Amino acid sequence: MTLPISDQSLSLSSIAEINTLSGENVKVCMQCATCTGMCPMAQEMDFSPRKVMHFAQFGLIDKLLEINTFWKCASCHACSVKCPRGIDIAKVMEALRQQTLRKSKNHIEPSQMAKETITELPQIALVAGFRKFTS
Amino acid sequence: MKISYYPGCTLKTKAKNLDIAAVASLEALGVEVEEIDRWNCCGAVHSLTADDLIHQVGPVRNLIRAKEMGAEKLITLCSMCYNTLARANQIMKTDPVKRDTINRFMDEEIDYNGEVEVVHYLSFLKEAIGWEKLKQQVKVPLTGLKIGSYYGCTLQRPAEVGIEPFGHFELMNDMFRSLGATVMGFADADKCCGSYQVLSSAPGENSASANIINTAAGQGIEALATSCPLCEFNLGKQQQQMLDKGNIEQNVPTYYFSQLLAVALGLDSELCHFELNDRQSLTLLENKNYLVAA
Repeated sequence: MTLPISDQSLSLSSIAEINTLSGENVKVCMQCATCTGMCPMAQEMDFSPRKVMHFAQFGLIDKLLEINTFWKCASCHACSVKCPRGIDIAKVMEALRQQTLRKSKNHIEPSQMAKETITELPQIALVAGFRKFTS
Repeated sequence: MKISYYPGCTLKTKAKNLDIAAVASLEALGVEVEEIDRWNCCGAVHSLTADDLIHQVGPVRNLIRAKEMGAEKLITLCSMCYNTLARANQIMKTDPVKRDTINRFMDEEIDYNGEVEVVHYLSFLKEAIGWEKLKQQVKVPLTGLKIGSYYGCTLQRPAEVGIEPFGHFELMNDMFRSLGATVMGFADADKCCGSYQVLSSAPGENSASANIINTAAGQGIEALATSCPLCEFNLGKQQQQMLDKGNIEQNVPTYYFSQLLAVALGLDSELCHFELNDRQSLTLLENKNYLVAA
């Protein structure tokens, strides 16, 4: 995959925003892909956590906003505990979710969920899911 | 001995089988369990953004309720509640700026400075009862039950709040050994079940859960034990659909660790509310003849 990087695609402000929201520094990532190896959700992601870290390092915010990786992240911290650079990658994924959610955009619509699903799910699934997927 | 207890929302309804069996077991072991007054939802997930303090208010309020009751320790059962309460407590203990902001925001409450220790039930069981004493109290040894202790994520990660270090599952393993079960090695003991991703995938289509069940079956595990209602939902309640869709090869009955504890202590099986588990969970215990006490 080739991603052209130009002054249009590279957003320095998005790098700063991701770092501020996450409290991490994405530039520290050395692209070793340990996070991808640890991730239990990687097979459902269109881009692996390593690639997402790379997009974040280059400030490719338009690309980041169209992929599903951070929406598939389950915040399990398996990546964070093994990162040799000490980056809490789960926090970077949260920052990416929040960049959309804080614009009042929901990733899932609770009103569209089937009544049976809501009745069946444990409360912690609904609370956790709505915290992660709705604004 | 008396201990303060935070149950959490799910344990009062869909995971009564986790709550009631655990409380009855501690009482059978001579511990009086006191639920804290006016507890509220813990928030289920810890907020991971650096600027978000409002989501710490819920868990901290519960810790204030415990402090008001004079509790030094607060035990929890649900892994997600444990994680959110312990992480909020860590902020209140170690970050003076955030602590001050949260305390000033909740000006109707007493100040809280991390005085209460958040302890998971399994840690408390080891500390207060001990494995030797537990062994002596066993009425129905779980002889021949090939059990896999499943911790998932929130009991161990991050390390600062983990009930034991990564790669160690001794608390649940030792408890099961004391109950007479055969503890099996389990490569996926700390793999995430997919958690709240259940909201974004079709029933039975969660690949993370299917992988865990397949690993367990492949390692000869015949029963899985967890302390999290969301893990139990993903691994247990979704199992038939995973099987129907061909995502897993065979069933592995799933339990809350507290249900098996209560069974081994010879408590009435009605306290375990097996009707809330998959039918196969009760069948396995019946076939093993563990429910003789009921």
